[in-house]
Amino acid sequence: MIRLENLTKHYGPAHDPLVAVDNISLDLPTGEICVLLGPSGCGKTTTMKMINQLVRPTSGKVFIDGKDTSTVDPIELRRSIGYVIQQIGLFPNKTVEENICVVPDLLGWDRRKSRVRAQELLELVGLQPDLFLKRYPKELSGGQQQRVGVLRALAADPPVMLMDEPFGAIDPINREVIQEEFLKMQQSIRKTIIFVSHDLDEAVKMADKIAIFRSGKLEQFAAPDDLLARPANSFIEDFLGSDRALKRLRLISVRDAMETDFITVLASDSIEDAVRRMRASRSVAAFVLNADGAPQFVLGEQVADTRTGTVSDHAEPVKCTVPRTGDLRQAVSLMFAHDMPLLPCVDEDGRMAGVMSYRSIVHNLGHGEDA
Amino acid sequence: MSAPATLAAPRQGRRPAVAPVLVLAVLAGVIAWLWASGMAAEILTYSDDISYLAMQHLELVAWAGGLAILTAVPVGIVLSRPAFRSISEAVMQVFNIGSTVPTLAILALSMTLLGIGTVPAVFGLWAATLLPIVRNTYAGLHAVPAHLVEAATGMGMTPRQVLWRVELPNALFVMFGGIRTALAICVGSAPLVFLIGAGGLGELIFTGIALDELPMMMAGAIPTALIAVAVDFVFGQIQYHLVPRGINPLR
Repeated sequence: MIRLENLTKHYGPAHDPLVAVDNISLDLPTGEICVLLGPSGCGKTTTMKMINQLVRPTSGKVFIDGKDTSTVDPIELRRSIGYVIQQIGLFPNKTVEENICVVPDLLGWDRRKSRVRAQELLELVGLQPDLFLKRYPKELSGGQQQRVGVLRALAADPPVMLMDEPFGAIDPINREVIQEEFLKMQQSIRKTIIFVSHDLDEAVKMADKIAIFRSGKLEQFAAPDDLLARPANSFIEDFLGSDRALKRLRLISVRDAMETDFITVLASDSIEDAVRRMRASRSVAAFVLNADGAPQFVLGEQVADTRTGTVSDHAEPVKCTVPRTGDLRQAVSLMFAHDMPLLPCVDEDGRMAGVMSYRSIVHNLGHGEDA
Repeated sequence: MSAPATLAAPRQGRRPAVAPVLVLAVLAGVIAWLWASGMAAEILTYSDDISYLAMQHLELVAWAGGLAILTAVPVGIVLSRPAFRSISEAVMQVFNIGSTVPTLAILALSMTLLGIGTVPAVFGLWAATLLPIVRNTYAGLHAVPAHLVEAATGMGMTPRQVLWRVELPNALFVMFGGIRTALAICVGSAPLVFLIGAGGLGELIFTGIALDELPMMMAGAIPTALIAVAVDFVFGQIQYHLVPRGINPLR
């Protein structure tokens, strides 16, 4: 765990200092990504740099796993903390392999061990080692350089990583891909990560916890969903934007939001019968399933007044489904794209698991708001 | 994402080397003219003098150039350190003004201080050679992007490691540019040291001028030019092979 205790940084003369970071106290749990978020000049980068002592605090302390970092040799401290910067900072005079092995070499690892490590790491992000180990940074695309930059920070397997807007210099499409890739990697490596960003969407996507800064002060420290649902003050509300409810879509899983009060009917059932059963069970919809249990046709409330015919005469085909492991953002997008106010949710085998309606979405987004 | 990864890095085909061909053509023309006019035969009568004096010339250049590299590079490095940043521009100005003093004047000063012979000659040439190396070392180190130094420091390199593993390699190409310029100046100025009694190919050139003997003068001038070309070629090759491919615009 990383603990920041009354961390303060002043620049300039002591009698009239410029306060860059003002008395920050934070507990960052092990294995989580904490995003320091805020407008530029808010002190988030300075705070991060005080963790690896690139910036020396004016007062206050940083503890990593209970150990006061000011008692550790800064060189040694930095070698035990992964560091990624926005400009990537790969050394252009070194090959990809040499770049990845910088910290292992500094730590005096056996050469063979560190080179094998470089190979493994490249494979981890889908770059073929035999093609890339001997290349120079200028021979890589921006996205590839950024991946190598992250691998370099991971090379010596540090428990803590500092990332200063690491994906800021990449085009939006590649950024999405690399963010996903990184999150997937984090699932298995479970590093404690301090991640500086000014991009709210990125923060919401990456963070386990978000710390919002304004002019050197910590304004709120909370999980992304909490933050979006319950901003502590009007500054944060403004910073999050008027569409903050929509940003929560990504944070709510289909599994949690879907309704399970649907019924199944047969295509040959009479419509009157089906409607009666829907009413009786207060269901939003009825579905016709195929032999594998996958939804095939949907019967919604628009048939409530229909009296004649069978289900197959009135039901509409299911044009798409959403996996229940997906998030609300994905579900809403599918509902809009395919004009499906009732979206069936399926499990890993494609079997009917629940249904998503506008009502369930509104209900879930509203949930937690203090009216 | 892995699709572009399977493509080999585009490697530019070597451009046909135009410059060496041009140099050789001009050289061939000059030799042909010298031969046809009978000048060559007259020049070659000085061949013993040429080989002896050329050796002397090279020795002077090697001493002056070598010492200049050994002093100027550290000075450039020291000036680029953060602790000296406040005075570095002022010091560079002093070097600049120093370089406006004609080499002949430096040699004259050197003679009044150290007398005549090889030592004052080497000292004078050394002083005249210093500036481009200092300036390029300083400028090259200055041009290393700050974020590389930040990344290196953040990963736990000591200031010394940052200098040796990051700053110097990335400044090397520019530093070599300064060294090549300086050595060209050194070789070209070396004939002047004849005037303070240090010999070298200047002996043939100045004697040739004094006696109005064109072939004798040429016997000094042509080898001087060839030495300049050869020294530059050698250092160009060293630059080509020593500067890592990742930051070498020539490769």
